[in-house]
Amino acid sequence: MTTKMIGFVDHLRLNGFILGPPETQSALAMMRHTSGDINADRQSLKTLLTSRREEWDGFDGLFEAYWSQRGKMHHQWQKSESMVRTTSKLPRAWQDHLDEQGGSNSKYAPQIEEEGQDQTDGQASGRLVASDNRALEKTDFRRFVNAAEIAESEALACKLARAIRYRQSRRQRIAKNGTRLDLRRTIRANMHHGGEPIDLRFKSVPDHPVRIVVFLDVSGSMKHYSRFFLHFVRGLVCQWAQTDAYLFHTKLIRVTDTLRHKDSMKAMTNLTLMADGFGGGTRIGDCLDHFNDQYAKKAINSRSVVVILSDGYDVGPAEKMATELKRLKKRAKRLVWLNPLIGWKEYMPVTTAMEAAMPYIDLFAAANTLEALSALEPEFAQL
Amino acid sequence: MMVKTPDIKLKLAAVDYVADDTLSTALQLAIDLGRPLLLEGEAGVGKTEIAKSLSTILETKLIRLQCYEGLDASAAIYEWNYQRQLLSIKASENFAENAKQLEEHIFSEDFLLERPLLQAIRQEKSPVLLIDEIDRADMEFEAYLLEILSDFQITVPELGTIQATSIPHVILTSNGTRELSDALRRRCLYSYIDFPTLERELEIILARIPNIEQELAIQIARFVQELRKEDLEKIPGVAETLDWAAALIGLNTQNISDEAEQIQSTLICLLKTEGDVKSVSPEVTSRLAGKAA
Repeated sequence: MTTKMIGFVDHLRLNGFILGPPETQSALAMMRHTSGDINADRQSLKTLLTSRREEWDGFDGLFEAYWSQRGKMHHQWQKSESMVRTTSKLPRAWQDHLDEQGGSNSKYAPQIEEEGQDQTDGQASGRLVASDNRALEKTDFRRFVNAAEIAESEALACKLARAIRYRQSRRQRIAKNGTRLDLRRTIRANMHHGGEPIDLRFKSVPDHPVRIVVFLDVSGSMKHYSRFFLHFVRGLVCQWAQTDAYLFHTKLIRVTDTLRHKDSMKAMTNLTLMADGFGGGTRIGDCLDHFNDQYAKKAINSRSVVVILSDGYDVGPAEKMATELKRLKKRAKRLVWLNPLIGWKEYMPVTTAMEAAMPYIDLFAAANTLEALSALEPEFAQL
Repeated sequence: MMVKTPDIKLKLAAVDYVADDTLSTALQLAIDLGRPLLLEGEAGVGKTEIAKSLSTILETKLIRLQCYEGLDASAAIYEWNYQRQLLSIKASENFAENAKQLEEHIFSEDFLLERPLLQAIRQEKSPVLLIDEIDRADMEFEAYLLEILSDFQITVPELGTIQATSIPHVILTSNGTRELSDALRRRCLYSYIDFPTLERELEIILARIPNIEQELAIQIARFVQELRKEDLEKIPGVAETLDWAAALIGLNTQNISDEAEQIQSTLICLLKTEGDVKSVSPEVTSRLAGKAA
């Protein structure tokens, strides 16, 4: 029984449940007083071992699979474990890709972008026809070559990051020059004056750093912009410790550490190589799903601002993206979508993906020129 | 302990709370293991109500802490009564009390204001402690709560550590507007309360509104079940169903498919956003009423 139960908890763990030895112990203790009724026991274990909606919904299936066809599932489980072990030997950058692959063969197959996706986006990028404005500030980022402009974009990113960096909380702390009297400390501090309040103590509302999580779309349709945006993202990451950066196309890759690389040239070269390697279609829904499952818990708190840099041309189903954005929005305070296409005269967010995303977006803005980006500063300050 | 699962279900039924097996098992476990129970679910499925019913069947006090952003220790745990402290300092000026005595005096139990969490651990008999809408409180408070929920003791710097005289039955509710921390989730047992099935909803209506006709109750339950399948912004909960049933009884409705106008005008009990009111047109209503009849 003990082995079986440990196996079951392991089985749940492999399916994404967060369980430790104490949970196994409680489960075992519970089973010692089992009523013999499998349904009642299932209910009890469910209450004990789940801790969120997704787990709650999935528990019955996992329970069924483990206990009623134990041999079969156990076999699969062992297999999947061995696969996990193999993948962990692969280079880090590949792990993110491989985890999501379903079949065992595809795990080891090279990642080849599907042609179909390329074509869809080929069409999209075919529509990326230039606006003809020559003024420097208004130059569409696709025309960026100049080092000075790139430097400026990084500086601008810092400015934007600074604008959203601090948000007030309603919680109060002791502060020397606060605005409100802290009666509790005042009374304590003045005991030696016989309780006469002479030295006053104050409290105020402290600033809390806001975390920024930025997603950069590096798919084919964005390829003219992504080089520039990489610098922008780098600007966000380097200046502030609490920024987390991700690149996505059909897969999601965390690049915060790469961006922090001391040698900025090396970092950019690495990234550009990474980004160039992509260039296919976009699966925003799947990528956000990956993020929500793997990183969201650590990367996002209720004071986070999520910035997505993408043109919204998505080859995945729009509902999937909407669901994932909803999940994301639940964790984060604000969601900003910067779309380089908005800057174009006749652009309307009409792709199904963009339409599905709109209800969850707090700020939807243009990002195709430096001017457009700097116009964002006051808006960021209000987030 | 003293109550067994079928019992808890029956006892809840006796106080007009219709619980399904899942929920009664969860409550049973929470009581047996002495662990907090985290309830999640849409608004209006009876999360808060369960705490009230539980306190009734356990014949104990219900202590409620409503969470909100910025909730802090002085509102949730304890606070010194500053006004009284200052008065007492003034009053004792003329009697040559030394500082130490004065300090002991004004930082004594007499000047301590108990807030819900402190209250809950100092009851003679284990109360039901309802921490409502924990997702509205901020992360810092959640962290503080962890300590109280695992050790059931509170430290007041001036007084020392206060041990729990009884361990409260803790029920936390969340509407899922924010993700809770894993640490908090792990401390708690968990149960998700879904919208009730047709049978359970019917039972609830009959239990809560005793003077309702069986036939009308069935129609109401079916109608609401159908309505929940529509594409709505805010799906009506059990509380809304009960409001609506009460409204229909007040208007003396016998059969919902006969009185289309009345049904349409009372739908405001069920639909709480402008978009929903617009999307459920008279045609939709009569289609749903047709299905329900």
